[in-house]
Amino acid sequence: MTRIGRIRLIVVVAAIAALELACRVGWINPHVLIPPSEMATSLVSLLMSGQINWDIVRTLGVVTLATGLSVVFGFAVGLAIHALPRVREALDPFFATYYAVPIFIFYPVMVAIFGLSPWPVVLIGVATAIVAMIIATLNGLDRVPRVLTKVARVHRMGTLATTLKLKLPAAAPYLFTGVKLSVSYAFVSVIAAEFILSPAGLGRDIADAYANFDNRRMYALMLFLLAIATVVNSALHAWDIRWAKRRGIAPT
Amino acid sequence: MSETPAANAVHASLSGVTRVYPATAGHQPVQALGPIHFDLKRGEFFAVVGPSGCGKSTLLEVIAGLQRPTEGTVNFEGRPVSGEVPDGVGVVFQEDASFPWLTVYDNTAFGLRQSGMPAAEVRRRVEDALAFMGLKDFARAYPAQLSGGMRQRVCIARTLVLQPHLILLDEPFGSLDAQTRLLMGDEVLRLWRRTGATVLLITHALDEAAMLSDRIGVMSARPGRFMEIIETGWPRERDSTIVSEAAFGEITARLWENLRAESLKSLGLSDMAAE
Repeated sequence: MTRIGRIRLIVVVAAIAALELACRVGWINPHVLIPPSEMATSLVSLLMSGQINWDIVRTLGVVTLATGLSVVFGFAVGLAIHALPRVREALDPFFATYYAVPIFIFYPVMVAIFGLSPWPVVLIGVATAIVAMIIATLNGLDRVPRVLTKVARVHRMGTLATTLKLKLPAAAPYLFTGVKLSVSYAFVSVIAAEFILSPAGLGRDIADAYANFDNRRMYALMLFLLAIATVVNSALHAWDIRWAKRRGIAPT
Repeated sequence: MSETPAANAVHASLSGVTRVYPATAGHQPVQALGPIHFDLKRGEFFAVVGPSGCGKSTLLEVIAGLQRPTEGTVNFEGRPVSGEVPDGVGVVFQEDASFPWLTVYDNTAFGLRQSGMPAAEVRRRVEDALAFMGLKDFARAYPAQLSGGMRQRVCIARTLVLQPHLILLDEPFGSLDAQTRLLMGDEVLRLWRRTGATVLLITHALDEAAMLSDRIGVMSARPGRFMEIIETGWPRERDSTIVSEAAFGEITARLWENLRAESLKSLGLSDMAAE
């Protein structure tokens, strides 16, 4: 582990220890917040009981599907818009202000169309994440060095080969930023949609535990989501650093 | 100057070539080039020097088929060049055109794989080119792990493996320091002798042109035309040590004599030229 990594670990462990101490000595009301060690033991019990297995599968499945759709369609739309400068000029203001719109307001419309299936949550996830991918794709393609297009012509490559073999790899660091943002946005929006409106999923579970004053279950579920989010983002970050190092650029 | 096997045979020719960039919003059309009439001899090393913005790179791209001339014709090996880079033409650009996501080996093999060449032949050519360019020990390295000069050598190796008959070099050493440029010049001369290819070098460095070339075309300020073509008289077996010869200084001085007024003109300082 690097020196910075060790410092990071010490900070996290110290924060958890301080929270544990504050809960144990009564500085924090246990009806408000339980000690981290109890969150962990509750989570282990909950996982062993199998009570949340279906919710885990549903929520992570929905996040994966929303991320996948956002990345694939976001990239395709970004590619198409990049090829049409006038369309891009017309759409730029929408992209710039997109995240100022509360996308959750469309959830009732989606329920009206798709019913109480997972699809409204998937679509909320996609609606939140896809624009990040579109913007990242445009950004990445803007930064493909022009000389690569000339190299492609010297090798007499067609549009498809140029895109797949030169432009995409050249834009990859920026596209990966889009993937990272899509994962985060999809994760946050899916949990939030489940929490507020959905009949199932881990977000719904947390909302129910909260409504029933079941702190142990609520914090166990929150810890689980935090752990999943940390693992996924750490993996993406590690991959990003590895790529960036190879290409001699700063991680995105 | 020693003669190449097919010396004086025309390899590429330009006849009445002009290049006009069309008008854009708020700007008039710009004639960047010409008219240019010019023959490139098979196997020669020809350098083009000229003031900034005189159309040197445009000239290279027109010869390469990367740009169409507005008027006139370009011929390479007896066939017209129009809108497509002909077989047998390799181009090395000023910008770093190495692919940062590929190793040195894969960078070098890129064009060959693109052409569908069998793997064994790709390996043979790439290993040969890497050895020739002194990159054998860096085959598995990525461009980010190399210096600017080495990255440019990767780009040259990528061109070399295609065994081009005409190599177009667009200020390939422009971003390198003076010492590295001299050494890279030696490598290009070695490459030129070994391949027997015709080389056209675009450069803004008069010493580089004087050291490397059999002939040097001096271009006017925009629209670029050849004002004079200077024969250096160097032997084919030459290297950077010729910079200490008196003739080298004479050639460089003659180039500057030609270029000074044009360079001032390109900077909008024509009055100084008249003094």
